[in-house]
Amino acid sequence: MPSRFPSDRPYGRALRKRLDILVAGAGLLAMLASIATLLILLAGLAMDGGPHLSWKFFTSYPSRFPDAAGILPAWVGTMLVMVVTAVTAVPLGIAAAVYLEEYAPRHWVTDLIEINMANLAGVPSIIYGLMALGLLVYQLHLGQSILTAGLTLALLILPIVVMATREALRTVPQSIREAAGALGATKWQTVWDHVLPAATGGILTGLILALSRAIGESAPLMTIGALSFIAFLPHEPWQTDFPFVSFEWLLDPFTVMPIQMFNWVSRPQEAFHRIAAAAGLLLMVMTLAMNGLAIYIRARYRKHIQW
Amino acid sequence: MRKTVGRVRERGIELGLFLAALTSVAVTVGIVGVLLYESLGFFRQVSLGAFLTDTQWTPLFSDAHYGILPLVSGTLVTTVVALLVAVPLGTITAVYLSEYAPLPVRETVKPILELLSAVPTVVFGYFALLFVTPLLQRLWPDLPGFNMLSAGLVIGIMIMPYVSSVSEDAMRAVPMLMREGSYAMGASRLQTAVRVVVPSALSGIAAAYVLAVSRAIGETMVVAIAAGMQPTLTANPLEPAATLTAYIVQVSLGDLPHGSLGYQSIFAAGLVLLIMTLTFNIAGHMLRKRFQHAF
Repeated sequence: MPSRFPSDRPYGRALRKRLDILVAGAGLLAMLASIATLLILLAGLAMDGGPHLSWKFFTSYPSRFPDAAGILPAWVGTMLVMVVTAVTAVPLGIAAAVYLEEYAPRHWVTDLIEINMANLAGVPSIIYGLMALGLLVYQLHLGQSILTAGLTLALLILPIVVMATREALRTVPQSIREAAGALGATKWQTVWDHVLPAATGGILTGLILALSRAIGESAPLMTIGALSFIAFLPHEPWQTDFPFVSFEWLLDPFTVMPIQMFNWVSRPQEAFHRIAAAAGLLLMVMTLAMNGLAIYIRARYRKHIQW
Repeated sequence: MRKTVGRVRERGIELGLFLAALTSVAVTVGIVGVLLYESLGFFRQVSLGAFLTDTQWTPLFSDAHYGILPLVSGTLVTTVVALLVAVPLGTITAVYLSEYAPLPVRETVKPILELLSAVPTVVFGYFALLFVTPLLQRLWPDLPGFNMLSAGLVIGIMIMPYVSSVSEDAMRAVPMLMREGSYAMGASRLQTAVRVVVPSALSGIAAAYVLAVSRAIGETMVVAIAAGMQPTLTANPLEPAATLTAYIVQVSLGDLPHGSLGYQSIFAAGLVLLIMTLTFNIAGHMLRKRFQHAF
């Protein structure tokens, strides 16, 4: 029977070897092409935006004049939104993961939560923005604020946090739990004193990656009505009188770095494209730094802990 | 006495953890509820028939048409272009990494590829508009500044790591014994890859493609920046067009009053988007489950 595959025909060894090299070369090329894209992207941003990075750029408000425009409200906004996101997503995500991994009995509620979590991870981010617009902005009256933005991103990265934490909990050997149990520790004491500390490396890696994803997100924040031009800062989180901390900033309008960048890219003038590149360069540096940190933590914990 | 306090505490903690796990269900209920509620208001004024068959989408004009087809066609064209990049590149990279590459190469390359998918999407949008489009305009001088081709190409590069990573996992899951059997029969690496490894990992590879489709459909910033925002019913990737996601962004940039028909229309578009991605997600999970049980 004649074969359907050319590589099945009784070619000589030399030809098959050559075909092998050809395919390996193509694979290598495909891989290098994608890595090259990343490098071109970085180089382009650095060339266009690099010269614009200056102290003034960090400390100025946006402006109609590209040379005077700065990124101050955007990076302040990004930091404040990230604080809300982290404060919400981290405890919630870890708690959910601990429940699913350590407590949950195998029954339909658990199955439902798991299927649901997997599906949520695939929902486009802009859908989260629509949900936040309808629910947080208009039903709960949180307004187009830092609080709304932080909560939206927290819900968005929740599935990532939960999945990473579960993965980390799974690597903790059963013998640790049994040893704690044998000494009379309760379930929670076992988890809190032994399982969670042992899984810290993996959990931390997942958290950093999830937050780095949140920093780059812009679509869901645009739907809730983040401003793209803002010439003031939110209220300060501290004050001179008792109780010294203020939460007024939570309800302030805001902008974040990716949205500021979008605004600059969308303008026709080329000078604005260059400051967009500067903002993009900053975003990339932050993303790369966070990913690098995550890889470092993963490697470090893998080396230090030997079961 | 102390024992009961401890037990109550333990139960309380368990309940708290359970509630945390339940938030994910609440989020889903919130998403579906909001989209359905606001779309219902939309469909009270626009008939489902007009929504599905009208060939114009102009909700913000005085002569308003509400046909979703132009947005769906824009979404599909950019997705197809993206897949034409991501599937071949991703698959061949996966074959190379799983069957040919030495271990150190694999260990170094995987995190670098992951970085590619971690790049903020707005940066990819910048790249598409100000780098890829000018490059393409050298080939087609009359290519418009906003076009679906360059948006699709860049989305393809962006989702390529998903394809390569999930397919590589599927290929690595094929037992070594099967490869060794093939080599023992005198097959070359290529023959082993094409006749033994890829067919055995097929459902996993298919799952990777399906998940990539769902990501491409939902991608927002790249299309909003590089593809233009004019809803046009066309299958030509050289033209500008709006996608479902770009339309939502466009409306959000303006100042539409809460409760107006224009405001509700973004939820209708969102509902269509959710249905499309959900279909692909579920298909992807089913395929993935199948390959996990294969061995």
